[in-house]
Amino acid sequence: MFTGFFRNRRVQVGASILAFFVLLAVFGNLIIKVIGHSAFDVDYDHLHTPPLSGGHLLGTTISGQDVLVQTIAGARGSITVGVLSGVLATVVATLIGVTSGFIGGAVDHTLNGFTNVVLTLPSFPLTLIVAGYVSAAGGTGSQPALGLAVMALLIGAFEWPGGARYLRSQTLSLRSRDFSMATKMLGESMWRQVLVEVLPHLVGIISAMFLRAVVAGIFAEAGLNFLGISTQGVISWGTMISNAQSQGAMSYGWWWWIVTPGLCIALVGTATALINFGLDEVTNPKLRTANRSIVKRFERRQRRLAVEGDV
Amino acid sequence: MSEVTHSARGGVRTPRNAATTDADGKEPDPPEAAVPRRYRDAGSARYFVRRIGFYLVTTFLAITFNFLIPRFMPGDPAAALTRKITQLTGAPPTPNQVASIRRFYGDPSQGVLGQYLDYWTSLLHFDFGVSVSNFPVPVSTMIMQALPWTLLLIGSTTILAWVIGTFLGAYMGWKPGNRFDSIFAPLTTFAHAMPAFWLALIVLWIFAIRLKWLPISGAYDPNVPFQINNVWFVLSVLKYGALPAVTLVFIGFNGWLFSMRNVMVTTVTEDYVLLARAKGLSGAQVLLGYAARNALLPNVTGLALSIGGVIGGAILVETVFTYPGMGLLLQQAITAHDFPLMQTILLMLTFITIVANFVADMVYGLLDPRTREA
Repeated sequence: MFTGFFRNRRVQVGASILAFFVLLAVFGNLIIKVIGHSAFDVDYDHLHTPPLSGGHLLGTTISGQDVLVQTIAGARGSITVGVLSGVLATVVATLIGVTSGFIGGAVDHTLNGFTNVVLTLPSFPLTLIVAGYVSAAGGTGSQPALGLAVMALLIGAFEWPGGARYLRSQTLSLRSRDFSMATKMLGESMWRQVLVEVLPHLVGIISAMFLRAVVAGIFAEAGLNFLGISTQGVISWGTMISNAQSQGAMSYGWWWWIVTPGLCIALVGTATALINFGLDEVTNPKLRTANRSIVKRFERRQRRLAVEGDV
Repeated sequence: MSEVTHSARGGVRTPRNAATTDADGKEPDPPEAAVPRRYRDAGSARYFVRRIGFYLVTTFLAITFNFLIPRFMPGDPAAALTRKITQLTGAPPTPNQVASIRRFYGDPSQGVLGQYLDYWTSLLHFDFGVSVSNFPVPVSTMIMQALPWTLLLIGSTTILAWVIGTFLGAYMGWKPGNRFDSIFAPLTTFAHAMPAFWLALIVLWIFAIRLKWLPISGAYDPNVPFQINNVWFVLSVLKYGALPAVTLVFIGFNGWLFSMRNVMVTTVTEDYVLLARAKGLSGAQVLLGYAARNALLPNVTGLALSIGGVIGGAILVETVFTYPGMGLLLQQAITAHDFPLMQTILLMLTFITIVANFVADMVYGLLDPRTREA
């Protein structure tokens, strides 16, 4: 199923970037140990210094904390929230979408209606409001803050409807294919029909959906932080940007403090988009037959033959 | 000869590809359905009634949801509100105000059904309670001040981004693999992955703080009289809105560009495009009148689905530029724990999304002639 997937240039680039950040998230603590100072260590001699000076590759924050180290530590926070919310959104989308499409009837009517209604609600403001309530429950006056897991839960809870709708329509079409009918005639159980016959065909779509949900989660976490709902006790790219903004990084021109974490988010987003191009080809075998490089080679040969006058 | 290469190229991307890279990740129906299920018999009276019914039910559920949120939340928002008002004004709220707060945020001494009916009664009277952070200004007054700015910003930038993205995308997909395409495709992938508020911060820093070309915050020049028929006032609105608008357009158009390009790539290999070329029509005529015209439909339907995402982006961008719209108001409400304001803004944003979806559904029937065939 995945033949040629990793031979696709865009997938190679995307997967390398993504792997880099995932490794950074997993082994970040080790790397930080090698660098020698932790994310909250203060370098009093170098407050808000620009990159490449005072022994700080990417500069320091207003309180003299190393931006590079914070970015490495932030990878873990951001990617954890992204992956957790992505898993939640994907599982809910798959459960609702596939169930709805496969069972049909009244179950489908209810689930599909529910999905369409939630799809109409603006998800980010919804997440924001609920996050506002949950964080305010801790007491008034304090800075609203959420734990990392709660953050991921809230983000994932409103991210599934688009995917559920798409999976439902795909399942509907898979269910009506001949092989599905054949397994049904063989008297296979419903579980086997779904798990062995339907789900494998959806692997490509679900993986693409998962990657998109992870990025959406990273985006949402950063956005929530920026709007004042901070992730408690964790450094993430979102908390970095919002700290930088609230401590005047922009007005004083300490661009490195804001540019670095944002660039990381954009890079992770780009990487997943590139991988998703390749996943589309897995999902849709028609795309695979026309590999861009084969087409190019074909055209080149054709042109050469035309020049030689053989055609 | 050219036919062979074209079909081979066309195979590189099909509408499915467009589907999964949609503007905001919301997927359309599978490609095998000619007219998407949702729009089947669009334009007919039955369709009209069915869609109205759906959106009425959605509105009803959204309001119910809005009623339930504070009641499901940890802690007692109503008690927190009363405490907060006492703290702010130095005197406990009057019994009348307490009753109003209880009506919106839960009253343990009353049944849920009774509360629910009360809630509807106040909504139908446009009574959304009073703001806590701006006590005792009614929430409706604050909303009415912010709403026009957001509608202006979201409306204009969404349309602009859509037009720019669709045209550029049509050009990109016209000859996939040409220089324009191969330079812009990776660039837009990257641009599309940038967080809205981050880009807004960078734009703010470069153009407002460093270069001082445009104002840092606000929506109009406070020194100009606030009159819509005053030319200077309108100009100041354009000047103050330029940076947020440019940011939102830049964030928005990449998605449209991609989806248009991907549909376009498959459309240019269709027989009718070949026929148009064979007839000797000019490139521009074939591009706009034949290929792009037919490739346009998914982008039109995408417009409605994207509104939710656009609102999310606008909230962040408004906050960065301190643009006095609903987004900034929502941000202030959340940091101040102003529940009445939060709740009403969510309701309003939901209404905007529902209305946008409804308009798009109605327009679809006019645009897709296939819906009129049967």
